[in-house]
Amino acid sequence: MNALVLKLLVQRISLGLVLIFFVSIMIFLGTQILPGDVAQAILGQSATPESLANLREELGLNIPAYQRYLSWLGGVLQGDLGTSLTNGRDIGQSIADRMGNTLFLAAWAAIISVPLAITLGLISVLYRGRWPDKLISAVTLSAISVPEFMMSYILMYYVAVQLGWAPSVAMLNDRMSMLDKLHAISLPIAVLVMVVLAHMMRMTRAALLNVMQSAYIETAELKGIRRSSVIWRHAFPNSIAPIVNVVMLNMAYLVVGVVVVEVVFVYPGMGQYLVDHVAKRDVPVVQACGLIFAAVYIFLNMFADIVSILANPRLRHPK
Amino acid sequence: MDKPLLQIDNLTIEATAYPPGEAPRRITIVDGVSLSLEKGKVLGLIGESGAGKSTIGLSAMAYGRGGIELSGGEIHLNGREIRKARGRVLRSLRGAEVTYVAQSAAAAFNPAKRLMEQVTEAAITHGRATKAVAEKRAVDLFRKLGLPEPESFGNRYPHQVSGGQLQRAMTAMALCPQPDLVIFDEPTTALDVTTQLGVLAAIKAAIQDQGVAALYITHDLAVVAQIADDIMVLRHGKTVEYGTAEQIITAPKEEYTQALVSVVAKDHEEKNTDLPPILEVKGLRANYLGMTRDVLSNINVAIQPGTTLAVVGESGSGKSTLARVITGLLPLSAGQMVFDGRPLTPDQKSRSRDDLRELQMIYQMADVAMNPRQTVGTIIGRPLQFYFGMKGKVLRNRVVELLDEIELGEKFIDRYPAELSGGQKQRVCIARALAAKPKLIICDEVTSALDPLVAEGILKLLADLQEREQVSYMFITHDIATVRAIADTIAVMHLGKLVRYGKKSEVLAPPFDDYTDMLLKSVPELRMGWMEEVMGTAAE
Repeated sequence: MNALVLKLLVQRISLGLVLIFFVSIMIFLGTQILPGDVAQAILGQSATPESLANLREELGLNIPAYQRYLSWLGGVLQGDLGTSLTNGRDIGQSIADRMGNTLFLAAWAAIISVPLAITLGLISVLYRGRWPDKLISAVTLSAISVPEFMMSYILMYYVAVQLGWAPSVAMLNDRMSMLDKLHAISLPIAVLVMVVLAHMMRMTRAALLNVMQSAYIETAELKGIRRSSVIWRHAFPNSIAPIVNVVMLNMAYLVVGVVVVEVVFVYPGMGQYLVDHVAKRDVPVVQACGLIFAAVYIFLNMFADIVSILANPRLRHPK
Repeated sequence: MDKPLLQIDNLTIEATAYPPGEAPRRITIVDGVSLSLEKGKVLGLIGESGAGKSTIGLSAMAYGRGGIELSGGEIHLNGREIRKARGRVLRSLRGAEVTYVAQSAAAAFNPAKRLMEQVTEAAITHGRATKAVAEKRAVDLFRKLGLPEPESFGNRYPHQVSGGQLQRAMTAMALCPQPDLVIFDEPTTALDVTTQLGVLAAIKAAIQDQGVAALYITHDLAVVAQIADDIMVLRHGKTVEYGTAEQIITAPKEEYTQALVSVVAKDHEEKNTDLPPILEVKGLRANYLGMTRDVLSNINVAIQPGTTLAVVGESGSGKSTLARVITGLLPLSAGQMVFDGRPLTPDQKSRSRDDLRELQMIYQMADVAMNPRQTVGTIIGRPLQFYFGMKGKVLRNRVVELLDEIELGEKFIDRYPAELSGGQKQRVCIARALAAKPKLIICDEVTSALDPLVAEGILKLLADLQEREQVSYMFITHDIATVRAIADTIAVMHLGKLVRYGKKSEVLAPPFDDYTDMLLKSVPELRMGWMEEVMGTAAE
């Protein structure tokens, strides 16, 4: 590790932190400008001016917005995400379980889709313009073109209902073994893999083809090296940066964007938790979820940039 | 006698072009070329760009770039026909029996891998050496090729070594599998002249040491004279002349070869004038943002009206930076510039329109200096509109006049840059500069990207224009032959300093300072045995 790399990394990480700070402001402001407030939402039809005023006082809604923001931010920094307005439970604790489930699902989808996407990308470059390349493109693009709820119901109907190979509802509990859990979430995993596969595979293919134009690829070919080795040993190390970037974008999607899939399969993850509480206008929960999703997004992109910096030999080994 | 190592008979190479809006058509790139090469001999392939010399070189590996197709004839390597070979057979000879040294070693090395891994890769892949043997061989080659710290040189990444060192490393990479034939494709063209000499000598010594045969491709006859046993002169994909090196250089039979041989020896008569200088630069200093070291330090030069100042130096000498400072693209940090008796502001943005008009610039890369979507008429007409407000018929007449001056004529007025040859493009750039009626034109390596005969034509045009228009030139170049052909005064630059400055007759006459001496001695001369003489005196 040298000074230049260290400087770039420190810069990138600071930028990430600043970004999260700004996002926290935007999330807070965003929930403030919604019409109506929590007191109205809780009381609904039975709201009288007096009961509204009382509840607002109780919930601290009369304090100026910036003070509420600062106390919220202070709490978040100490690990206190506040309490849910609708059920009075500690948000941090509720989210912890949900987040664990979401990450479990996302991690397995990633473990399957990332190596698969990169392998398919390598294969399609190896057989560029021939039938394996066209087949891979056709299949992955069709998979991404079908909306994910549609794909979910199709799989549910054929695999779960007709064939009975997997449960249609992805329920988890603590007594299940790892294998049982995987069996339970096999359909959501399949849907997620199909959604992210095409994007990553196309990007791997494009990045490799771009590098394949380089003079040093010709050098490798003129050494009489097999085409598969040329791609894997000479082209791939030079296309890591763009590939990692798109992989991380898709990882972020797996965590943040699974709402639909979680709802369809009634999976107890973050997505469903968020949807439930948006409907009830439970502002602290929405804020906490928003902040966590943003943090995941920013962190994964930051990670991609860090890998790109470390993968660059010019930065790793300066003159 | 044994069969030759490489025997090419009646080789035809074609490609399919897809011009927009027209039916695809076949283009013949190489037309009926035959050659043969014995073990341990060196054959020089020489010709202009587009002569098909690289294509022939790569055909010895049965390789065609892009859509190129080896469509006819026979190629025998070690007695085996390889033109129609495919797959495994091809792989078994590439990197084993034949290896390749590319023009730009900087692009030909994989930036993500250490040099040692790349140098030994072919030998190991083809089972011609174990890893240990190959690495030992590589270290020996590094040493023979004069690379620094040969033991640890291979641990470096390509970006950590200089261009000259990379070119040597590429030669080591080609020799490591102990091939029978090495193809050198312009291996020294991208290098500075002083670096070129060292690399060339190293290549020659390594070839002789290993006893390999070589195809040496270059456009520079003086370079090939130092290294080749036989020479083939190519033009438009056909053989012009094929004979021993001695015969081609001392007694060329064909007219084209004679022109190539004589192009080297142009000289220009020095003009003397007592007029006050058009441009005077005093105590000039410049540095790039964030760098403490001066890129230019204490530069003092002057250019007389109607004369040419040649600024000579290698890459990194600051010669192009000097042009950027004078044109105001890079503001100076100290010193002053006087143009036509009035001070010149350092920043181009604050200069008067007349200052801008009277100081024009022509660049090395004519194709990127023109908008590809504008016609020649629009390109040349733009300064006429901008500086003189010309329109309509007056404008067109003036453009035609300028086209006549650059010897192209009215028929070129509606052409696009893509429809011009390299030399014609540079002529259009000259006309564009001339249109502003400048007093000084800065020419930045304007002939470096051109073939020798075309470059000669451009230099002649510039000299004629100077005679007629009394315009002054600041001519930036790395090529001493060009300097001889055009300069009245010369400034020799090295590492941002002026090492020698004066009239041509004084600068190019002894006694020399060390750097100028080395620079002059490194320019290849068109006679055999020149390199040995220079290396001999250098060793003393």
